[in-house]
Amino acid sequence: MSSRNGSHLFTGLTGAVFWAILGIFGIVLVLTAVAGAPGLTWNLFSASEGPELFDVSRTSLLPMVFGTVRRLFLMTLCVVPLGVLTAVYLSEYARPSSRVTRCLRGALLSLAGVPSIVFGLFGLGFFVGFLGVGLDGLAGGGQRFGRPGLLWASLTLAVMNLPVVVVATEEALRSIPPGSREAALALGATRFQMVLRVVLPEAVPGILTGVILAIGRAAGEVAPILFTGAAFSRSDTSGGIFDRFLDLACHLFLLSTQSPDLDRTQSLAGATALVLLVLTVTLNLLAVVLRARIRWTARLHD
Amino acid sequence: MKDGSTLPKRSEGEEDPLSSPMDLPPNVVHTALGTPPGSAGRRPLSRIVEWVAERILFGVAVLTSGLVLLMFLFVAREALPILLGRVSTVNSREVLRPTDLGVLPPERIRNYLELSPEEFAARSPEELRLLLEVRAEVIAEESASVGDPNALEPALLVRPFQWAGYDKPAFVWQPGRWSPKYNLVPLVLGSLKVAAIAVALAVPLSLAAALHVSQLSSSRFQHWAKPALEMLSGVPGVVLGFLALSVVAPMFQWLTGGEFLLNAAVAGVALGFALIPQLFSLAEDALSGVPRELTRAALALGATRWQAAWRVVLPAARSGIVAAVLLAFGRAMGETMIVLIASGNAPRLDWSPWMPVRTLTATIAAELGETSFHGPHYRMLFLLGTLLFLISFGVQLMAALVVRRLQGPSGGSR
Repeated sequence: MSSRNGSHLFTGLTGAVFWAILGIFGIVLVLTAVAGAPGLTWNLFSASEGPELFDVSRTSLLPMVFGTVRRLFLMTLCVVPLGVLTAVYLSEYARPSSRVTRCLRGALLSLAGVPSIVFGLFGLGFFVGFLGVGLDGLAGGGQRFGRPGLLWASLTLAVMNLPVVVVATEEALRSIPPGSREAALALGATRFQMVLRVVLPEAVPGILTGVILAIGRAAGEVAPILFTGAAFSRSDTSGGIFDRFLDLACHLFLLSTQSPDLDRTQSLAGATALVLLVLTVTLNLLAVVLRARIRWTARLHD
Repeated sequence: MKDGSTLPKRSEGEEDPLSSPMDLPPNVVHTALGTPPGSAGRRPLSRIVEWVAERILFGVAVLTSGLVLLMFLFVAREALPILLGRVSTVNSREVLRPTDLGVLPPERIRNYLELSPEEFAARSPEELRLLLEVRAEVIAEESASVGDPNALEPALLVRPFQWAGYDKPAFVWQPGRWSPKYNLVPLVLGSLKVAAIAVALAVPLSLAAALHVSQLSSSRFQHWAKPALEMLSGVPGVVLGFLALSVVAPMFQWLTGGEFLLNAAVAGVALGFALIPQLFSLAEDALSGVPRELTRAALALGATRWQAAWRVVLPAARSGIVAAVLLAFGRAMGETMIVLIASGNAPRLDWSPWMPVRTLTATIAAELGETSFHGPHYRMLFLLGTLLFLISFGVQLMAALVVRRLQGPSGGSR
């Protein structure tokens, strides 16, 4: 029968497309590894620091990794309380059908679609140009706060990743059976006590998933930090949270676009890409596995 | 049920009299915020805590949701003077002579030459004198030929203009120091060109994969296939851009023998792959949201699995799929790193995919670093940001409308 044959053909074809996508991304991983392997020497992780970012033989990636970790840590510190509290309000307090709630949700959703470079513009205009310069005014002159720095870059990233954390937390809250809440309330808990002692503890794995996802996403972002804090040379940096910082993703961008000799820095760029990819893929893998397990257990409870 | 067993234990450990089940009548479940009159003595504190907590939560929710509005206002505010016609490049055309060098305050000369403080400090007086001379010449030449236009005039932002040295009217984006030209058309078309290539590549591939995973494969396969593809969205744009630069671009040039290593096609293909994971995920959600009964009914009527998927499930999920495609297009217009690294960054008007292009996002990323704070160029880049903002709002609004419109009484996902 021809329709049966057609069915097999199309099933095979769509399956082939699926495998092709996975295969091409697999090739991407392999190519990054191949490009990065020659540059991956112990030197990259030694404490010795070359004078130049593009100095292939002497530069170390450690300061970049350290800078990235610092910005991710600060971002997490800002984004988690804001995101979790917002999600708790939206899913535990707000009436789902009210106009206010719909507006809040719509606004958060549209925040998720804003291009990353616009967050960079906002960070420069608001955090650096408005907050920072304003703080300088209060402190009485000088230019301590009103310039790009680690804190401003982290705050920009926090704003950008708020929707990720809110959505993941809401999903986690939704997966808790209503019975838990009703039981707590029936036992006399107020709504706040119910949220604090029953709902939130159960939602921790889900919230964690969202946070890891946000960190993984933020690790590879360059556009929002390009003008809000990333350093373009080693001499720009020092340790404070109001100073510029070196960054792994930004380093790869600089190596790809600003390198004085692309062929010579190719191996260094490859190694940087490899380290960055390992970092982000590991974080994403962790989040996906965690989420899959949560969904799995949620299904068992149903 | 796990919850039935854990909850009482938690409450038993509490000293708080509130937790004692004997205090309260069962109907308190629905009046947890209001207090029943019988037990007024212990209540006020928890009521205050409750009230404060709700206010704080509401405040945080309004703050985080309001951020998008705050962002828009801030980005648009920087661009507003251009739209209101308050910024002009003509104003910067007062002509200072080299003899003014020792006379006028250095700050004024620095602003006139549009140099950053560092650049200004690095120049010797002799160099500055030369810069002033060259600038005066250029300005004289320009005013003689085109009559000194204001490059920020709204008409010049969108319509072609015959600048000094051009033999016919042209769309030019050239934010140079002395004779800036800010025409938006090449950038908008550049963004559209790259986004079109990316979406044209990503949509068929993602849809085919989503159909396969959602409708034509076993549930065990689904169980790992969806998370596996979704995980690929974690590959950072800057890594994809680097690979486009170092692998895809040389390959394409070898295949086509093109003149330019970096061009719209290279950026579009890399961008397309960046779009696939999310597009696949949304399309798969839409397809899986179609009730299984429809498939079963189709199969019972003698359709093959493929026919059921293609003729029944796909049309039923069309609203979700169209919305997913719209969102993918929005993401393609907003992506920065891939196009910045791989598109070649030449702001030119051209339909060929094998020519370099410059997109809106790449322009902001490439040029913001060299602008002076609140200068015309700075404001112009914020205008591009406002434009990107509006594009993303528009795309999301359309996606939401499509979902609502197509979800008629007869079908739609859920």
